[in-house]
This record gives sequence, C-alpha cells and structure tokens, in this order.
Amino acid sequence: MGIDLSNFAESIGGVDHGPLWIAGQQTRTPAPSQLRLVAAPAGIVDLQPDEMTVVCGAGTPIIELRTELAKVGQYVNLPDGLTGPGTVGGALAEGRSDIYRLGRGPVRDTLLQVRYVNHDGQVVTAGGPTVKNVSGFDLSRLLIGSRGQLGYFGETILRTRPLPQSSRWFVMSEASQTVVEKILRVIYRPASVLWDGHKVWFCIEGNPKDCAAMIQRISVELPVITEISGPPDLSLYLHRQSVPPRLLGDVVQENARSDSHKIIVEAGVGIVHHQVPPESTPIEKGVTILHRRILEQFNPTGRLNPGIEILASAPSL
Amino acid sequence: MRDKPQVQSLNTQLISRLRAALDVHRVHTASADIDLYKRDASNIEGRAGVVCFPLTTAEVQSVVSICAEFQQPFVARGSGTGLSGGATPLDGAVVISTAKMNRLISVDPVHRLAWIEPGMLNLDLTREVTHLGLHFAPDPSSQQSCTIGGNVANNSGGPHCLADGVTSSHILACEVVLSDGSVVMLGGEDPEPDGLDLRGAFIGSEGMFGITTKICVRLMQNYQAVSTILMDFTSVQAGAETVSSIIAWGMVPAALEMMDQLCLEAVEAYIQAGLPTDAAAALLVEVSGLPHAVTDDTERISEIGRAYGARTIRIAQDEAERALLWKGRKTAFGAIARIKPNYYLHDTVVPRRKLNEVLQEVYRIAQRHDLLVLNVFHAGDGNLHPLLIFDKRDPGIMERVHAAGEEIVRVSVEAGGVLSGEHGIGLEKRDFMPLMFGPHDLHAQASMRVAFDPLGIANPFKVLPSPSQCGDAHDMGEDMWV
Repeated sequence: MGIDLSNFAESIGGVDHGPLWIAGQQTRTPAPSQLRLVAAPAGIVDLQPDEMTVVCGAGTPIIELRTELAKVGQYVNLPDGLTGPGTVGGALAEGRSDIYRLGRGPVRDTLLQVRYVNHDGQVVTAGGPTVKNVSGFDLSRLLIGSRGQLGYFGETILRTRPLPQSSRWFVMSEASQTVVEKILRVIYRPASVLWDGHKVWFCIEGNPKDCAAMIQRISVELPVITEISGPPDLSLYLHRQSVPPRLLGDVVQENARSDSHKIIVEAGVGIVHHQVPPESTPIEKGVTILHRRILEQFNPTGRLNPGIEILASAPSL
Repeated sequence: MRDKPQVQSLNTQLISRLRAALDVHRVHTASADIDLYKRDASNIEGRAGVVCFPLTTAEVQSVVSICAEFQQPFVARGSGTGLSGGATPLDGAVVISTAKMNRLISVDPVHRLAWIEPGMLNLDLTREVTHLGLHFAPDPSSQQSCTIGGNVANNSGGPHCLADGVTSSHILACEVVLSDGSVVMLGGEDPEPDGLDLRGAFIGSEGMFGITTKICVRLMQNYQAVSTILMDFTSVQAGAETVSSIIAWGMVPAALEMMDQLCLEAVEAYIQAGLPTDAAAALLVEVSGLPHAVTDDTERISEIGRAYGARTIRIAQDEAERALLWKGRKTAFGAIARIKPNYYLHDTVVPRRKLNEVLQEVYRIAQRHDLLVLNVFHAGDGNLHPLLIFDKRDPGIMERVHAAGEEIVRVSVEAGGVLSGEHGIGLEKRDFMPLMFGPHDLHAQASMRVAFDPLGIANPFKVLPSPSQCGDAHDMGEDMWV
C-alpha cells in the first residue's frame, strides 16, 4: 500500500521546469514569494502498531500523526517547528531534534524509508520498509536535514515508539556543573536535562514505580528537587548551536561572565538554545568538498530550494 | 632459506612505494601470507595483491594516496568476519588491514562517549568500559572477534539492538581517509554538525566510501535489572504471533530471539541447557532496565506467551542460568557442525506479521531442494537467518544451496521485506539489489558513491550491480565467484 506520487512528481517536473520550493506549513522556514511552490501529499495510509511503523505522506501534519498514534499508545519522534508542529516532511528536511533527544534519540533514527522526487522529476526510493535494513547505502540518512536540496519527500515510512507510561519534569535551583554531571551519572537514561547556569530541569520517563523510586533515591544525593508540569518555555530561544557536550560547562560560564543574552543548554547532548544568533562554527574544507560533490550529483542545476545554505559557514574553495 | 613465491600481478613500483611508506614487515606479498586474505567469512573468494598493516591515520593516508596514484583498487579489512563478501579483494586489490589500529583512545564517562581506533574488537570495548557502568550496544554474534571498524562498514546489529538500535545509532563521528588520500571528519562529538549527515551516509557503505581511522562511539548505561525468559510453543505460528503481540502491547524488549526445532535439538545436544527439544519453536526474550519495568514486562510477556499457548515459561533464576540460555543462542552455529560440516547463513528481514508465512515458505523451499534448514534469528525485528546445512562434498549440492538461497531472498522481498538486516550486500547480494530497488534508486545510490569516491577505487564492484557503477575502475577478476 503506497501513495501515488505521480501528480507530485509531475508538479515538480524535469530540470527544464525551473526553480521551485517545497512548502509545508512553513513553521520552520518561510517560503520565498518569488518561487513556484509545491506541496507534498498528506495523509496516513498505513499504521501497523505491531510493526511499530506508520506510512504517511510527507505533507501530513505532525499533529494529525500524533493524534492517531496516541490512540494505539505510540508516538513518533518528530519535533515541532518554530511556530507550530508543522509537517512530517518539514521535520525530516530540517533534521533538528527536540529537547528529548537525550532519551528518545535523534530525528534521523525515525525515518526508515522515503520515496522522494529528485531534481529531474523522478520518483526515487531510499531506505527500506522494515525496522532493520542494511540493503545498500543509507541514502535516507543523507536526505534527513538536507532542507529540500537533494529531493522532495513524498511518502515516508516512520519508526514509532511506545508512549512512555510516565513522563515527569523536575527543577532544581542549585545548578552547578557538578550537579548537572551528577544528574547525568545517577539517573538511568534521563529523557532530557536542561541547564541555564542558574537552574537545571530534567525529565524522567518510564514505568511510574521506577520513576518514583528514582526520584526518592536521587533526592538523598541532590539538592532540593521540585516537580513541575513541563519543560521551561523555550519560545524566546529561537537560535541553536551544536557543541561537544563536554564544553557546555565552559559555554554556560562564559555566557554568565559576558551577560550578553540568555541561553539554555541540553546537557549530555550539546545543543545550546540562544535568544540571539550565535557565532557560526568553522567548517572543515574536506566536509565542504563532499557537500559540493553531493549537491552536484543530486541537485546539479540548483533548482530545488535555491538559496538555502546547508553549510552556513563553509570556507570558500 | 629460499624466498617465498611472490605475487607478480601488482606493479613492483607500487609495492616498493608501499614498503617505503610503512615498512617492509608490514607490507605482505608472499602468497602464503596474502592467501589468508582472499576472502572474508563468506564462501566468496577473490585474490589479494598485497596486504598492508598501517598503524596510524597518516599511514593509511599514505597507502591510499599511493593506490590513488596508481589507480589501484583497495579493500579495507578488520577481522574478516563479514558474511557477504564485502571484504573479499577482487582482481588483486590492495588489502588495507586495520587490525593493528586497535587502541581505545579516550573515554568520557559523563557524556558516555569514547574515541577508538577501527581495529578494536567489539567486545573489547565493552570490557574496557564495564567498570564505568557502560557498554557498547551493538553486539553481533561475532562480537568476540569482529572489529568496530567492520561494524561501521556494515552498520552491524546483534540480538540486543532491538531496543537500542544498530551501529548507526551508536556512532557520533568517523575520521575517514577518502580515496584521494584526503582525511575528513564526518560527524562530531557535537550532536548536529552543520550540513548533511555525512556520518550517517558513510556508516554501512561497506568500505566503498573510504576507510575509517578513528571512531567516536556512544556508550550506553548498563541496565539495573534484567530478566531472561524462555518460552516454547507447539507451532512456529504461535511463537511468531507472540512476537507481534508483545510489540503491539507497547513493549520493546532488549532482545527477542526465536529458535526452531532443528536448532533447539542441535544446540541442546551441544550444550545441554535443558532446552525443549520437542517444541516447534522457542522464544528467548530479554527485558532490561529499571527493576519495576523489568518485573512488570516479564509478567506481561509471560501472560502473552500463555495466551498463545506457550507450554513452558522458564525465567532465568540467576546470572548463570541466563548465561547458559544465551550460550545456547550464541553457539547455535557451532552446534550445527554436529549435523553437517558446512552451512550457508542467510540474512533477510520481513515484517513481523509475516514471520510465520515466510518461515513456512522457507521450510518448503528447503524441502524442494532436499536441504536441511534450521532457523535461529532476531524475531523482534523480523530479521531472519535461515541456515542451510549441508556437506559440500555431495555432488551438485552447492547449486541447490544457491538456488534455495535465491528463493529465500525473493520470498522475503515479496513479503514486503528487505535483502539484508545486518550482514550487508557485498558481493553476495549485489545482483539481488534490483529486487528491491529500481534504476532511479540504484542511480541515486551510485551518485552517493561517486561523491565520496570519484576515483572508484575504494572496494569497487560491491553492493551496486554493474550498470549502476559508473565510477568503478576495473573489471572483476576471473578467479572469484559469486
């Protein structure tokens, strides 16, 4: 059972059909007004709880997917956009994980198979439909985070997970680096640990009795812990930076010294959420060369989502 | 003492350059030495022209640069435990063994990552970090002897990858020597390096995108509780339905393995673990994590098993009993030697709900070709491992084995499955790729290869069937068979 992608492919057309842009709900990246827009098919076509997979159009709203999966006690690891949940295709094209990455893993592990339309209007299959697959090169991994530059997602097969039986957030007002590292060491596979230098928030998920026992145990070792209804509000932290997690202590301390703007970091992961755009990280020359070669192969005329810079700070070659 | 006969096919100038780049003792050309490298653990033989043993990234870079200069194909090799011919050298290729690059470079126990060299053995890494309460999750059955560089090349799995994912989910970065001799870091300790996921694209590329020389692995916290359950059934169908029901209930066990009757008989004769040899199938289920979840899941899994007619439900009472049950699973391939001297192990994946249907077809295929088949596999993720056992001295047997194997692959793909779950494509399944992928799909994969290896000298002629391999440089040798 699959989605007929012929109309979608026809709307994209061959290389002589000019530049264009794929648009979902535009919760992550606004579409430029001067380009022809195309939209991916939407809708869930097959949900198999005992396979832990779901087949859906890339244009499917994430909220719809969450609602349907919740009915069978499952979820899919796709984050919201900046102004709303957005679509499946948008979340995959952006490839950014949410604050639960520490426990739930990265977005890139969610996609099993994608049928996409390439720069020349042809439908291409990448990956495979089963939860385990090493048949050929892992093209689907390359497509995640490619921001529409390597092809436009049409139909996706996603891996689902059981909803956690219990998900509880806590906050601590004492937040030294030592405390953060202790949380990472003593809590069994925390779902999220956030830190701003003044407070630390953490989330534990799983069996309710285990969560209660874990909190009881760590309360003895750690400063006062208060349960809260959910994570801190990150709506003002619109910019992100990726750093090795071992450097987060330095990042937080440096930020406190400069007092320039607020940040919240994902401890154990390495994402820094900023209120203003951070400085970009230099890109290795070899990485830039590989990107250029891949784009030459997959988007030789540059017609797919022109203007997107996959490597924001690449050196000139 | 007379010199050993030398292989003449490789340019003597190339060999002298390699000797100058490493040293004479780490560049092997004598037939008796390089003959050991003519194949991996598959039955597919090729021919190595020379075997090099670099110790550092710079040495790998030198060897690869020389190969590029001479347009000479090279093949990276770890322990040679692969089962698809991925490390089989063709046409006298240069074999670059990473076996001597086996150091643990550093460990960060707080952020649970380690830097290692590619020749480190899978199980050695876990042994090195056990005292920190950590482990490396991918655990192929060959984990005592396979290298992590090989795991990266094949995106390897293992029984305990059901809950935590296969190798790609546990690799943060790879330092790679590309075919032109340049060195590049793919991925990083940071979670979202700018740009495309080149790390993810490289993992599972079977040595055709370059050679990894340093790897940053993600380590997992050890579980605090574990429960190992053995359930047996009077039909394969009941066992398969139990598997689907466990997953549909919302549980993802750490491992969910199935053995059929012939396998149970062979293993029991081998290790005397008290396995139910009169059962049609047995499930070995392991749940791990925190104590309450483990207790609750054990009870629920037992209930599901009973609902599907499990005759006995045996829960390991201590670590010794758990180890014995796992020994039964992991020594299955040794046990079959008591039945027949040779085996051909297949590796396909089917949707879980098709397990019984495909297994019944596998039995029919074996019967048609007058072969014995036993099944021991990762049922939780639908990863079948039909094991055809035979005596290769029997006339015409290999033709029947290959014919049956091809039918098993076709049946799996027709059931909505895939060609390989963990062994990779290599040479073994290269020509089956069109069963799963169309011309545009294969062209896209070939485009990836061209981007990473425009020279076409990194392990050419594997994975992609010939029309897709516009970048590959040489014809296949006459002395190999597929």
